[in-house]
Amino acid sequence: MGNTINAVIKKYNGDETRLMDILLDIQTELGYISDWTIEQISKALDIPTVEIIQTLSFYHFFHREPKGKYTIYLNDSVVSNFYGKEEVKKVFEEEAGIKFGQVTPDGLIGLFETACIGMSDQEPAALINEQPFPSLTPEKARKIIKMMKEGKSIEDIKGNKYGEGNNSHYLMRSLVNNNIQERGAVIFSDYTPGDAIKKVVKELSSTDIIEEIKKSYLRGRGGAGFPTGLKWEIARKAQGDIKYIFCNADEGEPGTFKDRVILTELPKLVFEGMIIAGYAVGAKYGILYLRNEYRYMREYLEHVLQEMRDDGLLGKFIGGKKGFDFDIRIQCGAGAYVCGEESALIESAEGKRGEPRDRPPFPVESGYLNRPTVVNNVETFCTAVKIILNGAEWYNRMGTKESRGTKVLSVSGDCERPGIYEVEWGFSVNDILRKAGAKTHEVLAVQVGGPSGSCISEKEFNRILAYEDLATGGSLIIIGKKRNLIKDVVLNFQKFFMEESCGSCVPCRVLTVIYKNIIEKIVRGEGRSSDIENLQKWAVFMKNNRCGLGQTATNPTITAIKNFKFIFEESVKNNSENFYSFNENEAVKEYVEIFNKK
Amino acid sequence: MTKNKKIIATTSLAGCFGCHMSFLDIDERIINLIELVEFNKSPINDIKKFTKHCDIGIIEGGCCNDENIHVLREFRKNCDILISLGECAIMGGLPAMRNGIPLKECLEEAYINGPTVKDVNSQKIIPCDPDIPKILNKVYPCHEIVKIDYFLPGCPPRADLIWNALYALVTGNELLIPYEVFKYD
Amino acid sequence: MSTFVKFIIDGKICLSEEGKQLIEAAKENDIYIPTLCNYPGIPPKGSCRICTVLINNRPATACTTKVTENMDIKTSTPELEDFRKAVIELLFSEGNHFCPSCERSGNCELQALAYRYKIAVSRFPYFFPERSVESWHPKLIKDHNRCILCKRCIRGIKNNDGKTIFAYGRRGQYLEINIDPETSKNISDELAEQAMNICPVGAILVKERGFITPIGKRKYDYNIIGSEIENQ
Repeated sequence: MGNTINAVIKKYNGDETRLMDILLDIQTELGYISDWTIEQISKALDIPTVEIIQTLSFYHFFHREPKGKYTIYLNDSVVSNFYGKEEVKKVFEEEAGIKFGQVTPDGLIGLFETACIGMSDQEPAALINEQPFPSLTPEKARKIIKMMKEGKSIEDIKGNKYGEGNNSHYLMRSLVNNNIQERGAVIFSDYTPGDAIKKVVKELSSTDIIEEIKKSYLRGRGGAGFPTGLKWEIARKAQGDIKYIFCNADEGEPGTFKDRVILTELPKLVFEGMIIAGYAVGAKYGILYLRNEYRYMREYLEHVLQEMRDDGLLGKFIGGKKGFDFDIRIQCGAGAYVCGEESALIESAEGKRGEPRDRPPFPVESGYLNRPTVVNNVETFCTAVKIILNGAEWYNRMGTKESRGTKVLSVSGDCERPGIYEVEWGFSVNDILRKAGAKTHEVLAVQVGGPSGSCISEKEFNRILAYEDLATGGSLIIIGKKRNLIKDVVLNFQKFFMEESCGSCVPCRVLTVIYKNIIEKIVRGEGRSSDIENLQKWAVFMKNNRCGLGQTATNPTITAIKNFKFIFEESVKNNSENFYSFNENEAVKEYVEIFNKK
Repeated sequence: MTKNKKIIATTSLAGCFGCHMSFLDIDERIINLIELVEFNKSPINDIKKFTKHCDIGIIEGGCCNDENIHVLREFRKNCDILISLGECAIMGGLPAMRNGIPLKECLEEAYINGPTVKDVNSQKIIPCDPDIPKILNKVYPCHEIVKIDYFLPGCPPRADLIWNALYALVTGNELLIPYEVFKYD
Repeated sequence: MSTFVKFIIDGKICLSEEGKQLIEAAKENDIYIPTLCNYPGIPPKGSCRICTVLINNRPATACTTKVTENMDIKTSTPELEDFRKAVIELLFSEGNHFCPSCERSGNCELQALAYRYKIAVSRFPYFFPERSVESWHPKLIKDHNRCILCKRCIRGIKNNDGKTIFAYGRRGQYLEINIDPETSKNISDELAEQAMNICPVGAILVKERGFITPIGKRKYDYNIIGSEIENQ
């Protein structure tokens, strides 16, 4: 064991900023990270054990106790629950003979729940030893446990019906499907890797690239919509000879899975975008921050990077040009939604807990290892490549005034054709519902932009997807009339934010718990109308949190109340303000039981 | 004269009577108070049952057992205004320090394992006579059980705070709270 | 050479060195901006959010903002004051703050702010979380019940080798501050004392000390927190 630990640490040159990788690799080798292991790492890196625990205990995929030879993480997302997660969960529990959160006494199976794993178009899904198992049924769950008890390998359990496209690549062999329902003119159009790099090498200077991107009015695709050209320009002008390009593939917003599909089918497009950004900004290093849920792609992506190096598209003298050096490494996360926030992502890549930084300084001025750092979304890099290839003018012909080009949407929930849609900006929610085969009269609500976005009603289905109207990072969860909005959606999202808060800012740390508790109380039928008023009133305190997670963490509740007030009112109508949820029988139960037992 | 007097009831739930003691610390002002109010159910005059509807109910202590709950609800029913007096009524106070410990452990520590009992309770008896109120899973602040209108903090609340508050409430005058009387300890 | 800049706080024209922490710059101009996590001399980490002010009408924490020329700052709109009050109430709801039994009572900054805002009760439900008291350390007690997770000890206290002694553990509602058994092993009495004093509440205590100052003589018995700045 000591040898394993030392070998891993040596692999990363004893660099404490690579603590995430060190912990991930050690956990892969040893199954979990024991106190003894922590001490060994502490000695080898010469950092206190509390610092290691500070990082380790932040991420929910790290374990300090054995987590089972087979570790099942069942997706607890809204859509997973729509499609029968509870039934699957029940079978896992029955067959394994344990509850979720436990490991079988023989150490064979560990059952855990996890937040959205980016498979909302094929739920319920689970990660088993990091391999995705989408579209689970109780029957499949039963079979999986049976095979585990027979000692079958994960490959055997997976079977050989791999998903479409590169999901079947020999380095992935994943059961995941792409479900690309509509290919647009930007991301999913024809593409030959290296063409953009060739063009850049032949005819474009770094300022030319930035000018072209600025002319295209490209805005960040992660959700915030910051102008990409401007970001690159600031980074180019920032002081310092070492700069970094980060690709944010920490796609954690529940209901979003477009980056998974892009990385599966078009990894070279993503990397080419990073390389061009590097050229434009003057950066020689790129880091793809890949969420742990997508770690099953890592080997495949490493292979793609190697192919690009072999083709002269990565490494030294890119495209044969002297001084055009750029290389990319992959940094895996370990389970923390907040790491999708760019400064938290940088902290995480530095081996720390993913706690957002105070701004200013912004990452473009002082980011990774305090160097100027550009962080862009997967889709943003892809779009940039196409703009370089086809020109800003071409790009500007698509979309709306404020929102040029296309957007890749992740559509899931109650519809016939969940999956990926690349559409021009400017389509209405209704258009998307029609495309996805959702019957409008059966749709209660659409959650646009995930839990941090808004829950809209029929009245707003004619709104346009664009920065000037309904801005979105790209996810639409369709919620049918058969769903219980408060219980199935709002509660799930509030629980999500409660679990994902880093805890640093007081309003976020505490109010996320309070919101979850009050929603739970309403679901139990113990709410009062003053509870609804308080939920609306207190959300204002969240605006002063440091990061986007904290600032939007009560959106699921307040947008749902705004647009579905009648559902909330209905659920509290039986309780006057004199009703108190205190239950005397419950409160004395413990006492009564103590004496009954005797 | 009596007609215009406000009627006050007081009780101590899971408290130590310190708040009541502090109440008596208003000293000679108690004579002024008697001019303004009449006491009904209260340990101060030993009236055990409500004999009429009251204007103001003063609650000391939080709720640690089912009897506390019943008394508190009775106060809510019989008083127009309820005041949580002191930290225990407001947020559980020191009795609520047990809230993080399972009830069973608390009882065993108190009756079986604690240093003052472990040698004398050889039969390991925890009293559980049906006449003893049933202990709640945790200590509850009063406003989690019934609506509370005003809160006067302190452990105990300073006599001046109690006096100022009661005087303002009874006379309708403005309530003045000097900094030094508003304390949690 | 430092440049002085002019800026406006609540309509009052102020002067201070450019780039100074706003919270300190305000102090120089006799304006108190309440805070719990800021501590003079250690790097700021806007975590309590209490010092949130409006800068050119946008919210920002005064501890992490550097003053610049012509900044227009509002520190005490009714919304900001209610926000501060709410944060203090949230802290009281979240932890186990039993003031009557706390060694720090009367000298506690959380309590002092609650007095300043005349908070009689939290508008939020009390959590009564299960938290522990750690007493394994030879010199220190870490009472997690009272910890408000402001990070002052993490940022401000290092051992002789410059190593971390305090660090965060876990996240969200389970966030905690842990003491490293190795790096804290041989800390001096002075450092232990410093750790206790840097803590705004009674979460870090030096063993065998407490209740030293009698009631009536404690820091906040008669003096409102911030009055030392405001009454210059």
